[in-house]
Amino acid sequence: MNPEASDSWEAYDRPELRRGRLIIDGDRASAEFAIDGIHCGGCALRIERTLAAIAGVDSVSVNGATHRMRVSWDLAREPLSHLLRAVADLGYTPHLLSDATAGSADRDSQERRTALKRLAVAGIGMAQVMSFAFALYAGVAYGIEPNIERYLRLVSLLVSIPVVFYSSAPFFRSAYLDVRQRRPGMDVPVALAIGLAFAASTFNTLRGQGGVYFDSVTMFAFFLLLGRYIELQTRHRRGNLSDALARLIPDTVHRVGDRGVETVPRIEVRVGDRLRALPGAPIAADGRIVAGKTTVDESLLTGESMPLPRKQGDSVIGGSLNLGNPVDIEVTALGSNTVLAHVVRLLARAQAERPRLGKVADKAAGWFVAATLILAVGTAAFWLHFDPARAFAATLAVLVVTCPCALSLATPVAVAAATARLARNGLLITHPDTVEALASVRRCVFDKTGTLTVGAPQLRCATASGSVPLERCLALAAALEQHSEHPLAAAFSATAPLVVAENVRSVRGRGIEGEVNGRRYRIGRPDFVQELAPGYAAIAGGEGGDFFLGDESGTLAAFQVDDSLRPSAVLAIQQLRALNVEVEIASGDGPVPVGRVAKRLGVAAWRARLTPAAKMTHIRSLNHAHGGVMMIGDGINDAPVLGAARISVAMSAGSALAQVSADSVLMSVDLTIIPEAVRMARRTVQVIRQNLAWAAIYNLLAVPLAATAILPPWGAAIGMSASSIIVVLNACRLDRSARACDKSSLGVSSGPVSIPASASST
Amino acid sequence: MNILFVLIPLGIGMAAVSVWAFFWAVDNGQFDDLETPATRVLDDETERPRD
Repeated sequence: MNPEASDSWEAYDRPELRRGRLIIDGDRASAEFAIDGIHCGGCALRIERTLAAIAGVDSVSVNGATHRMRVSWDLAREPLSHLLRAVADLGYTPHLLSDATAGSADRDSQERRTALKRLAVAGIGMAQVMSFAFALYAGVAYGIEPNIERYLRLVSLLVSIPVVFYSSAPFFRSAYLDVRQRRPGMDVPVALAIGLAFAASTFNTLRGQGGVYFDSVTMFAFFLLLGRYIELQTRHRRGNLSDALARLIPDTVHRVGDRGVETVPRIEVRVGDRLRALPGAPIAADGRIVAGKTTVDESLLTGESMPLPRKQGDSVIGGSLNLGNPVDIEVTALGSNTVLAHVVRLLARAQAERPRLGKVADKAAGWFVAATLILAVGTAAFWLHFDPARAFAATLAVLVVTCPCALSLATPVAVAAATARLARNGLLITHPDTVEALASVRRCVFDKTGTLTVGAPQLRCATASGSVPLERCLALAAALEQHSEHPLAAAFSATAPLVVAENVRSVRGRGIEGEVNGRRYRIGRPDFVQELAPGYAAIAGGEGGDFFLGDESGTLAAFQVDDSLRPSAVLAIQQLRALNVEVEIASGDGPVPVGRVAKRLGVAAWRARLTPAAKMTHIRSLNHAHGGVMMIGDGINDAPVLGAARISVAMSAGSALAQVSADSVLMSVDLTIIPEAVRMARRTVQVIRQNLAWAAIYNLLAVPLAATAILPPWGAAIGMSASSIIVVLNACRLDRSARACDKSSLGVSSGPVSIPASASST
Repeated sequence: MNILFVLIPLGIGMAAVSVWAFFWAVDNGQFDDLETPATRVLDDETERPRD
């Protein structure tokens, strides 16, 4: 944590910033925070332990899954800033959430809790009723005392009551809404079957004759609720866009006023104010530098891989990271006028254009439901005319047996199994349609920076001219670059400086000069190095991004600094090709680094210097021409692009925003998960097709049997459950099948590939 | 078979108790975070101070 930046927490003690965010009850306050930097449960524990040790804190809980923290404490003893600083000192970034954001998290958690309770009641109820039903069915076969039979029916009724009235309430509510809007949904026959079967069973139980269907009712409710619960869990993972965005812009800023620098809430800042941007912190607003010079990391916004120099008069973008020195900026745009806000609007538009695949399924389900209802009415009419005694049983059998259970379970269960499996392997699916879309991927577009590459400059290649050994050149370069603020210098930091450079002088934008053991050396741009030894020939090679080391006798070595490839990139691309997926690279970076990466990966199709808008157009035209475009990227500039693709994958190292907007998030750095996901998705779609085929055959066979009253309702319920179980088991194969790609074949699992510096004489 | 008139209510009673216990657990947030507690056992640092 930057010591200069830490005093910004104090501003949180001002009432303007606290308004609407703290719940204050006397001296007690409670608040909800989002915490950046939590990787695992262990991080959550560390934070909990630290805060719990603070005297004024009553309770603290950190959720490792949602990255939320809830604290309640004594405001009189500990100001809010102390808590925030305690968390920041551990290396995490706390964000105080507003009521609205905290509220949506609360709603999610409430919904989840209710669903879990409904599921538990249905599950326990089902287990009980099944055991009674087993006795009753055995009684039919081997005989049973009438009073015991009556008793078992009564207790079945008793246990079914909470399952029907508590657990199944959502089906009735949703069916009621469907009917009111005159649009038959999946829940109409569900509610009808549960309601009718329960009513008839209750009636028959009370009058002491006729069939009871409590087992069918409870089993039915449980399986449906299970499917809904799995769906709900996936939905909640999608997160909140505005929340993630808000985190990029700091809450407090350092305003330079007449009385020096003061820390104020960002909402007080007006256009024209002068703000001080400290190194290591994000810049709070769009502005122009009025004093100082620095380097900024705009990779989140522009995709530029290298930190960019910014001097007086240059403009900076709010949300970008100040890497170099403290600078003063004059605010030119705030709020909805900023570049960041513009990117977000672009993203919103791209998302609005996403095709609604779900509509097709809804339509099909609607027809299925309508057909079922018509069939049930027809069956009832037929039997009422010919044999009224069998009318109810036959109608109920039709409703139960044809319930779209097998159909409606088939897809969600298969998708849920695939989603669970992919999540375990490191790919988090955030949109329910994603698995289906993944199966149709025909072309895969990668962003470069932070996706195919690690996102940190690395020494790629070093060539010595021959007069001085390469090791010595590297040591000299490391010694000189140690004094450099230039972002590329970080590439040399891995090499321990064995020698010490003296009288070091840095020439901005050109290079560094220094003395080692009395000899003058220069490192930097070729012309700068040449000046030291005029008349000597330059070393061969002059690709962009290269720089040189030389002394008074001429050039000694050439270095290529580049972002290193992720170790899994080569294998991932080979595997994608094996799956008949074409691979392409689209980057905002310059043609030299992009071309270099493309060559190493053997990718012929690549595009460089694409603006976010150009990328978006490109992706959209690809989608039109070929369909099934998958975009894998990282960073905010990718967010609209990710939205334009059929499928999007965001790297978890990227910004929170890209994570939220993408269909899926790659949690590990292993890119081979992507071809595996495609393979998995294709298998999933295959299983879905098998399940649908099974459901079709089953329904075609069972419906006539039910309608002709050959199949009694209990038989229908068994058939329906058996069919559902077959469907579920088939889907579970997806989860169980071994991972096709053997990870050990990769050799290295993480970290950048180390490329040996090759020595050659020229 | 009269034992059924004792055992089944007993079974239902136990089911009711387990539903109640589950509701209590859910309301206490026991199912809100299924990740952190798994690593809690690995935490071998000193106990939290209780004050």
